[in-house]
Amino acid sequence: MGKFSRLGNDLYSGQKSIDFVGRRWLWYAISALIVAVAVGGLVGKGINYGIEFTGGAEYRVSLPADQVDQDTADELREAVAGTDIDNASSPVVTTSGNEAILIQTEPLSDTESEEVAQTILDATGASSDDLSQSEIGASWGQEVAERALLGLAVFLVLVVLFIWAYFRQWKMSVAALVALAHDVIITIGVYALSGFEVSPATVTGILTILGFSLYDTVVVFDKVRENTADLRGSRQTYAKAANLAVNQTLVRSINTSIVALIPVACILYVGVVRLGTGSLKDLALALFVGMAAGVYSSVFIATPLLAHLKARESEVLLAEKRDKARRRAMADRYAAVPAFTEDMPVADEPGAGPERPGSQEPSAPAAPPRAPEASGRGRVAPAPQRPVQKSAASGRQQPSRQPRSKRGRK
Amino acid sequence: MASHRYRPGRTVVIFFAGLAIAFGLVALAGSWTPRLGLDLQGGTRISLVASGDDVTQESLQEAAAIIDSRVNGSGVSEAEVTTQGERTVVVEIPGETRPELEETVKRQAQLRFRVVACTTADPSACGGAGATPLAPGSQAPGQPAVPGSGATVPSAPESGSSTPKNRAPFLSTGEQNDGQQGGDQSEEPSESPSPSETAQPSPEGDLVDEPLQWMNNPDPASVQAFNEFECPPQGQAPAVEDDPDKPLVTCDDQGMKYLLSASMIEGTNLQSASAGIPDQSVNWAVDLKFDGAGTDDFTQISRTLYNTEKQFAIVLDGQVISAPTMNGIITNGEAQITGDFSEAEATSLSTSLKFGALPIQFSDDLIETQTVGPSLAGNQLSAGLAAGGLGLGLVMIYCMLYYRGLGIVVLASLFVAAAWTYALVLLLSESAGFALSLPGVAGLIVGVGITADSFIVYFERVRDEMRDGKSMRVACESGWHRARNTCLAADAVSLLAAVVLYIFATGVVRGFAFALGLSTLIDLAVFFWFTHPMVSWLARFKLFNRGHKLSGLDAESLGLDRYPMGAKA
Repeated sequence: MGKFSRLGNDLYSGQKSIDFVGRRWLWYAISALIVAVAVGGLVGKGINYGIEFTGGAEYRVSLPADQVDQDTADELREAVAGTDIDNASSPVVTTSGNEAILIQTEPLSDTESEEVAQTILDATGASSDDLSQSEIGASWGQEVAERALLGLAVFLVLVVLFIWAYFRQWKMSVAALVALAHDVIITIGVYALSGFEVSPATVTGILTILGFSLYDTVVVFDKVRENTADLRGSRQTYAKAANLAVNQTLVRSINTSIVALIPVACILYVGVVRLGTGSLKDLALALFVGMAAGVYSSVFIATPLLAHLKARESEVLLAEKRDKARRRAMADRYAAVPAFTEDMPVADEPGAGPERPGSQEPSAPAAPPRAPEASGRGRVAPAPQRPVQKSAASGRQQPSRQPRSKRGRK
Repeated sequence: MASHRYRPGRTVVIFFAGLAIAFGLVALAGSWTPRLGLDLQGGTRISLVASGDDVTQESLQEAAAIIDSRVNGSGVSEAEVTTQGERTVVVEIPGETRPELEETVKRQAQLRFRVVACTTADPSACGGAGATPLAPGSQAPGQPAVPGSGATVPSAPESGSSTPKNRAPFLSTGEQNDGQQGGDQSEEPSESPSPSETAQPSPEGDLVDEPLQWMNNPDPASVQAFNEFECPPQGQAPAVEDDPDKPLVTCDDQGMKYLLSASMIEGTNLQSASAGIPDQSVNWAVDLKFDGAGTDDFTQISRTLYNTEKQFAIVLDGQVISAPTMNGIITNGEAQITGDFSEAEATSLSTSLKFGALPIQFSDDLIETQTVGPSLAGNQLSAGLAAGGLGLGLVMIYCMLYYRGLGIVVLASLFVAAAWTYALVLLLSESAGFALSLPGVAGLIVGVGITADSFIVYFERVRDEMRDGKSMRVACESGWHRARNTCLAADAVSLLAAVVLYIFATGVVRGFAFALGLSTLIDLAVFFWFTHPMVSWLARFKLFNRGHKLSGLDAESLGLDRYPMGAKA
């Protein structure tokens, strides 16, 4: 933990910094590549819809572990195919986890379904307690999908409003939504590429990712907002402040993703190994991929994009300009001071010395005109060069000891 | 920061008092195991999505009620019928795997037109047993003079019908009442035996196939069944098997008993039905319109029944909803049921007629039937528990390793959150009928991550504040004030997602959304009223505020070479 903590401290103080914002084109490119692969998979391979979407019948026999093997599956396939029912003539039989075998057929009528169920029980010797079945109409999944899409739309609108209300910056909403779309596309792409079945549970998982991805982004943006609230006072550019925010929340992001992914990974593990295909696996896989993508996108996509969007705002531009000037000044702090030479006239203009390159002009810039001296009564405050800021001491208790004359006698 | 002194102890005490009250309520409710969903205890679930555009909340409720009475009437105990969202009806039968009930649930056209042989009020035809074959009803070819369709005359029944029901609907024709009377009025029943109710042998003779003759001559077996049949108490549907090819003994909702012929017209032959007040009338009436085949049959019925006291019955799901007499011969298939209807009655009758059994349609394509055998349910339950235990354990271990002393706070908070979750799930399953399903368990497990995350946000903030040079005690408070808003915003998004999911998801995934929302709320409560006070309280101990190695807040675990100035140590 020591090294990780050290890293945490260095990231926090800015001693060590990963340039998330500056190298945004790199992250954009990486994400674009991943998204392209995902979309390619989606278009090329298509999504493998489960029977909830295509309609059909599914039977699941729970069997002792030593019976769940390919032989039993083959036996079952032949038995079911031998029932003379058209729609059950080419069943898909797979083992599911280590405790069940799954048989899928086209939609069946009630009597056909009973016949198939009986065939399965006869072939495996299982009791009717061990048999589970689902029959799903062909448009059922469409209905589910329609509702999911409706939910998605409503959720997105609400979230845009929420983020806008919370951060008061529509650009944050946009950046968060782009990150969201990124996560969802990647998740769907993983499904397409891996060939896993998409069931309503998957759709739920994807809808849940929406929440998670935004959750992460909100946490990061909260820090970004905090760091960039006072650009002028912190003498930083927006990009730098945002980058620092990402670095500062990086440890949290890593910890969060670990803690959030552990339970999901457990569900995924148990779902796959113990139960095989089923709603648990579908849900957990979508969540797992989506959450991982969500953490990635909140760090690598959302914040750089936000800085990118913000780059044209006048205040941000001004901060950039100041920063540039400051850096130029810091490169050689005494660039304006003439180097001393022996025969240097005492009150001469700087630049007269022969050793100073680049300052051959006889008339170097004169000192700025002096402000009028204090005159008349009272004090004349000099004109401010820039708006008055809160001092570094603001907010803290300052010693307020009255001068002796006012303290009275002891 | 509040100006008054912050008292963590008080908050925690109140918080635990709340928890104790919750568990007290659970103890009062008396069940210490949550209600399990179908996928965890086994059972049958049938979800139907209504098709068509005119689905209203009312019609959905009505359909659910009809389905409820059907399913519970079919010998299933504890079936639960609920509506979900705007157009989904879900039937859940815990503990039993009966996929064949799908047919019962979704069947649509259970509306039938039969002729009445005898009723409780007019049992004449069912008096004795004789065997007098009848002359076939004379299908008089005399065409009615005016086949006008709008000339409805809902006048008093010329036949002097004594329909004994309260609402006494009569049928008037769309034509002149000039048809010839058909059918003998012979009252001797025929002898063909046919018990009507259950598993009867096929009735012999072809009279059953000729309901208009059978009507006057019901077979003795049917008569016997009629005499033996007892109507259920008012308001309950009679449990009868509505086989269109066989005679039927059943009741209406007033407790009137009927012996009915085999079905003459199916509900599918009805084209439309509407309620309205006909011209020159003050009473509500229901207009019917049959399609081609229905019109032919109805013409035949009306010819036979006209000028008799015989009724024909409209049977819905085995229950007589109306038994009008004929006061005209109707050949164009446009009939009108008149009588002493109120608007509501007329509308309800026309709705029943129009939609068959259900006010909305469920197409075959939009049905999901799922049965879960007890073995699979047991597997899923143990798998869910295993995943939960494993996830919780690993998260705790990770937090202990990373946060050491503060890890105790995480552990305690997670345990308290788990206790709250348990209590609330129990209370909700008692009061709101919440059943824990597999996706629900998954939601709770995912909630562990959300809960632990708010601690991480908080602790990282505390560490950051300490890196800025604040002492542990100050950092706990200032870190809290910054982490609080972050957590509120993040949890609000999470909650928003859960609510939207809950509203728009169908089926079991709602359980997931519900569990997710529940654990988010619990997370907030625990975070505000337990974790923060706990940390504030612990900050008073030397172990923590002096930066002991085990506290998780020592210089090394902060990554500092030494404490910044201002901190003790």
